[in-house]
Amino acid sequence: MRAYLRPIGAVLWKDLLLEARTKEVVTPVLVFAFLVTVVFNFVFEPSATTVAIVAPGVLWIAFTFAGTLGLNRAFALEKERGGIEGLMLCPVGREQLYLGKMLASFLFILAVELVMLPIFGVLFNLPLFLPWLWLVAVVATLGFSAVGTIFSAMAVNTRAREIMLPVLFFPIVVPVIIAAVEATRAILAGEPYGDFRRWVELTAAFDAVFVVAAAATFEFVLGD
Amino acid sequence: MNLRLALLGASGVLMALTLWMVFLWVPTEASLGVSQRIFYFHVPIAMIGLAAFAFVTVGSIGYLWRKTERWDNLAYAAAEVGTLFTTLALVTGILWNRPALELWWTWSPQLTLTLVLWMIYVAYLMLRAYAPKGAQGARYAAVLGILGGIDAPIVYMAAKWWRDVHPGAFVGPLAEEGALEEPMAIAFRVALLTFTFLFTYLFLERYSLRRDEEAVERLWHSHA
Repeated sequence: MRAYLRPIGAVLWKDLLLEARTKEVVTPVLVFAFLVTVVFNFVFEPSATTVAIVAPGVLWIAFTFAGTLGLNRAFALEKERGGIEGLMLCPVGREQLYLGKMLASFLFILAVELVMLPIFGVLFNLPLFLPWLWLVAVVATLGFSAVGTIFSAMAVNTRAREIMLPVLFFPIVVPVIIAAVEATRAILAGEPYGDFRRWVELTAAFDAVFVVAAAATFEFVLGD
Repeated sequence: MNLRLALLGASGVLMALTLWMVFLWVPTEASLGVSQRIFYFHVPIAMIGLAAFAFVTVGSIGYLWRKTERWDNLAYAAAEVGTLFTTLALVTGILWNRPALELWWTWSPQLTLTLVLWMIYVAYLMLRAYAPKGAQGARYAAVLGILGGIDAPIVYMAAKWWRDVHPGAFVGPLAEEGALEEPMAIAFRVALLTFTFLFTYLFLERYSLRRDEEAVERLWHSHA
């Protein structure tokens, strides 16, 4: 088990180190998510009644768009500097490569979201401390990264690559977006966990299914 | 060749029968009026459009497993004809909603699933167009075909629950579909049979065209 997990940790560590040195993902994505949220403040008049209706949607539009942006970078760097060939030469299973890359994207997007949630709370005059919302962010982001990582690896090798990722990504993650928005709506309305439990469970089931399916098919994306 | 010709003939005869049944033979539905007649086109087309994605998924699994172009051609042909059917299902759904409900669009679970699946179909065809030619592009498409097939039931689930939360978004004529009256059930079955024949014909035609395309490509490469 340890021997299986170590390469995943190594790939993850490589990405974290790379990010610490280049700062090409978290910072720009964070700024982008912030800008989207601010623009939405002007699009909808942020009165108390409209906020209750639009806030969950705004939050998840910001997170999905920002997430796509971050996922686009996941393999862009590997492609530009030939890193992917190096990774493929490693004596490591393809699904381990996938899991490492996926966890890195997961942590990057999650970091952006954890910073954005309080900012969002301030801009929309909502409570700043909503632990359930963090749980929803974690399960939804895992679903985004599970699907986004494999599509990102495809998209870098297509023409019009920046556009290809959202085209592939959005239709597949529709259930996650629906679930995340509904759960957020319930949380902001102060409903108990039982009322939105099924959305969290649906997303968790989505995560489990797509992590396995994407890990299993990742070798076909990389090729030989 | 003979099989396809026979299918074309059978589709033509059946289509004439369906048109006669739908417009002249079947009684007008009491509450929805004459516009309900589009039901005999909309529902079979939508059912086949959705079922076609199962072929895409099966073809995709077969291709990744066996690596023979046959499976890939099956998935590709099913995707193209499936896109046509899903597009028609969306258009007829919109045309039907307007007179029946005074609304162009309702987010019923069926329509939502059809729309999301249509987006996945479009993503599939775009991926085929923009991904590298040959085996790599076929593998990418196969991965999307599998992930899309897994996604469809989850989308339906999410759309169904979402509708529970927003009942206003849904008042579709398919809402509480009671048992059809006898002549209507017969007309519906005949229409379903007709469109199944039509789908099979178009699918086989596309499949064989795809093989010709590949033969031409091989010739081209051997001379270039």
